Amino acid sequence: MCLAVPSKIISIEDTTAIVDVYGARRAISLLLLEDRVNVGDYVLVHAGFAIQKVQEEYAEETLELFKQWIEAERKASN
Amino acid sequence: MKNIIKKISDLMDSIGRPVRLMEVCGTHTVAIFRHGIREILPEGIIFLSGPGCPVCVTPIKDVDTAIAISKMNDFILATFGDMMRVPGSKQSLYHAQAEGADIRVVYSSMDALKLASENKERNIVFFATGFETTSPSVAGTLFEAERIGVDNFYIYSAHKTIPPAIKALLDSDDVRVEGFILPGHVSTIIGSRPYEFIASDYRVSSVITGFDAEDILQAIMMLLEQIASGKPAVEIQYKRAVREEGNPKAVSLMNEYFEPRNANWRGIGMIPRSGLRLRDKFGRWDAEKLFHIDIPDSKEPKSCICGSVIRGAKIPTDCPLFGRACTPERPVGACMVSTEGSCAAYYKYSGVYRG
Repeated sequence: MCLAVPSKIISIEDTTAIVDVYGARRAISLLLLEDRVNVGDYVLVHAGFAIQKVQEEYAEETLELFKQWIEAERKASN
Repeated sequence: MKNIIKKISDLMDSIGRPVRLMEVCGTHTVAIFRHGIREILPEGIIFLSGPGCPVCVTPIKDVDTAIAISKMNDFILATFGDMMRVPGSKQSLYHAQAEGADIRVVYSSMDALKLASENKERNIVFFATGFETTSPSVAGTLFEAERIGVDNFYIYSAHKTIPPAIKALLDSDDVRVEGFILPGHVSTIIGSRPYEFIASDYRVSSVITGFDAEDILQAIMMLLEQIASGKPAVEIQYKRAVREEGNPKAVSLMNEYFEPRNANWRGIGMIPRSGLRLRDKFGRWDAEKLFHIDIPDSKEPKSCICGSVIRGAKIPTDCPLFGRACTPERPVGACMVSTEGSCAAYYKYSGVYRG
């Protein structure tokens, strides 16, 4: 439940950003973010809020890990 | 990775006795199983699962209260999906929904706020569960509600905080832990300082840990190094997402809206100052204060040892109900409900109980 997913910022308007995770886009809030972020940056997103800026390299690694988990989960339930 | 495993073996040889480690966070419990970490490490390392699954520790009374709210006229209860199947004293939110209560599953408290904007004639109550990773987002949502002028939105706070729960474990007689694998994303928010008492007051080791196999192995190595050298500390392994100071902006918003209160943890009991309630000045959002929902205390199901499992005093397979009367399809205790609960993780990954 405390999982936060790295997401790439596609656009920013005021305190809301559109992010991309595995091709899905959604609006998230930047209200909790300490750092300034720009389009193209990666942030950790939990429950609709960015909670930390992260490096792209780490974001890609983590997304790959979660993808493996999701696939394993799908296989297990089939 | 082989080098880390070798180092862990060497450290265990030099320590020369079994070592009890606790992963506090439910996501780590699942990750340890998923990566097969128990299988590749020396037997002397004993993993205990801790209280870091918000679904598992939300007391029956809070579930009953959420159900009562959902059944009130002109109310919609919004909740995270994980809470839907948690057994209350008589039924779960899922059952209440099947009976006609208006319960909506949301991904974010912001989605609940959106429901309020779209349903002006109804009252929307968000069932606010979760640890420090989540409570700042609820504070952020209330900030937003104020800004856009919504007046039919409320929260029922069952939020809890991790450091007081760790302190309660360290104070209890039947739990012996030498090292904590500390939560990653709770720590993204609070940083490492709130855990310093673990080393300074209790002489116990701890490492804030990420979620991939190498993160967890590295954290175990760091814990064993601390234990072998007799120098307990709070270290950050998960540096990619956790800073010593955490996220000060999120913490300050959380503290602006919420204050600590004594809270009941399902199966554990009351832990001083381990819950969060809205401060008086934000009473206009507080469903608990405004709607006077009077729900009696409830007892845990008979024979369920969820409380001992959450504290790491027992493991799921010690329970007489495990895999028999209590399964993920028909859970008795909350630890079997959440996919991140210790019992559900044992059931799913131990292999023994799968038909």
